[in-house]
Amino acid sequence: MMSALTNSAQRGRKPARLSPGRVGLYCFLVVSAAFFLLPLYVMVVTSLKAMPEIREGNIFSLPQMWTVEAWSQAWSSACTGLDCGGIRVGFWNSVRILLPSMVLSIFIASMTGYALSFWRVRGANVLFAVLLLGAFIPYQVFIYPLVRIYATIGIYSTLPCIIITHTVFGLPILTLLFRNYYGSLPEELFRAARVDGAGLWQIFFKLMIPMSIPMLVVAAILQVTGIWNDFLFGVVFAGRENLPMTVQLNNIVNSTQGEKLYNVNMAATILTALVPLVVYFGSGRWFVQGITAGAVKG
Amino acid sequence: MSHVSVRNLAIGFGSLNVLKSLNLEVEKGEFIVLLGPSGCGKSTLLNAVAGLIDISDGEIWIGDKNVTWEEPNDRGIGMVFQSYALYPTMTVHGNLSFGLKIAKLPKDEIARRVERTAKILQIENLLTRRPAELSGGQRQRVAIGRALVRDVDVFLFDEPLSNLDAKLRTELRVELKRLHAELGSTMLYVTHDQIEALTLADRIAVMNGGVIQQFASPKEIYRRPVNRFVAGFVGSPSMNFLSGKIESDQGQSSFVLSDGRRVSIAGYEFAGTPGEGRTATLGVRPEQMQINPIGGMPSNLPASFSIVEPMGSDSLVWGQSAGQTISVRIDADQDVGLNSEQPVYFQPALSSLFGEDGRRL
Repeated sequence: MMSALTNSAQRGRKPARLSPGRVGLYCFLVVSAAFFLLPLYVMVVTSLKAMPEIREGNIFSLPQMWTVEAWSQAWSSACTGLDCGGIRVGFWNSVRILLPSMVLSIFIASMTGYALSFWRVRGANVLFAVLLLGAFIPYQVFIYPLVRIYATIGIYSTLPCIIITHTVFGLPILTLLFRNYYGSLPEELFRAARVDGAGLWQIFFKLMIPMSIPMLVVAAILQVTGIWNDFLFGVVFAGRENLPMTVQLNNIVNSTQGEKLYNVNMAATILTALVPLVVYFGSGRWFVQGITAGAVKG
Repeated sequence: MSHVSVRNLAIGFGSLNVLKSLNLEVEKGEFIVLLGPSGCGKSTLLNAVAGLIDISDGEIWIGDKNVTWEEPNDRGIGMVFQSYALYPTMTVHGNLSFGLKIAKLPKDEIARRVERTAKILQIENLLTRRPAELSGGQRQRVAIGRALVRDVDVFLFDEPLSNLDAKLRTELRVELKRLHAELGSTMLYVTHDQIEALTLADRIAVMNGGVIQQFASPKEIYRRPVNRFVAGFVGSPSMNFLSGKIESDQGQSSFVLSDGRRVSIAGYEFAGTPGEGRTATLGVRPEQMQINPIGGMPSNLPASFSIVEPMGSDSLVWGQSAGQTISVRIDADQDVGLNSEQPVYFQPALSSLFGEDGRRL
């Protein structure tokens, strides 16, 4: 009886086998990955070459002479028209736009989501529906009216102007994110805190905020990538002094004077994309969670 | 002067009236259980006493104070929730002291109270842990501790044991009873578990459809349910109901089953006059029936049994009497003949009779 058991053909964990279908699948995945990584590869190698080498036209070859000259030029002395301050001007502008917009929008959205979930304000559902509607209307529609409004109150083309714009347009999706998260918390938690005597702000800061660290991280990621990659609002609202990095990159790349410095352009592009890339690679797991939690972020 | 007093309380959500003009008077130091099926309004009533939901009419008094418009923390109550509702980001110590810190109590007072509470509930060694690192029973202790630490006279429990497994539930039930004896505070306890209600309560308020059906001691509720709902809801296995009518025969009342057989109900105390030929329901609990006649059990019902359910300490036999399902509790080692008609004996004085409107006769 025992030997019959131990000698039977199928026992324990089923062994993994490599089928032809699997091999095909892996091949397809490798080819797809290579296809999408190729432009990045070209960008990186081009940025590390000198111009004479680029003119030879072998865009896939590795540099014969490795140089980071283009990178330092892109950062500190690339020209947009007559200004030759490099992309770093745009970098700091973007930082100045990003930080207040991010903090403001996340704070307002989490507070709104919390109030909508727990305090049952009269008309809360209507308010939320209107807020959500904002997420589904193409934002280009709002640009001209907004320009008129900002011009009327006299803040058009200033730093506050672009910060307000980013904050407001971040609200619908972030509020949805936080409302759903707080909605998933048990109501009894909130009631317990009320019995303990905590009020609106105390419950928010002492109970809800510590519990929503994961959501705060997700919201921060969404806002960093969203605001950093924005071009349209930057062009329209930021004003000449505060152009964000994306707009300045465009100005550098499309600058028509003299020879096109491909290596500098590539380096500037990579520099511009670096912040979202770092955020993405540093927080891949959170990022995916943010997409799924937000459910509709495109 | 009652300690907790609910007067003409009405609560509605939109067009739905959950409670209509409800009154409840609780004496100081009493352990009151609100018992009822889900959706009967018992949790709503408790939350209203706590001040966690808006009421549409009525008053709530705690102690000598009208607290109808007071915030929950100003009512002198502590509350324990079904899901424990511990603050997940705080340690046990943080959970216990949260309310005290918000009330801006001096540090040494907070420390003293937390220490005392932890000692009463035997959770001193858990103070530095977070809720996620606690077992279900430990979490519920902390939740009780969070109510205790507030130093209040009235405790509200919203189904505190229903998330625990059967063994822990029994343990904590005993502990709650001990706690009540120790503290002598007023306790209002919501549950749908009748064993909890019967074992813990000084008085039980059985609720259905937003109305308190009966408010009496566990014994009274069990022995003399005021209507069919209370009779059917309290007691497990449930009371047997047999429909028929009441007839008098030379001054002796008897109950006529639907198949025409007569059962003597001599000794039953009617609340009013029985009423000749009145349609009624006879209610007898499974444990109040016997398959062997013993002294003082003059009445018997004809029954035929088909199924035996052994439960360890005793057995439950299921069968039919006059075409209606009945169950009888017998000793575990007692034998019963299946599928043949035999008499089942009961004491009319301990049984219940209900009229057509469901009220006790």
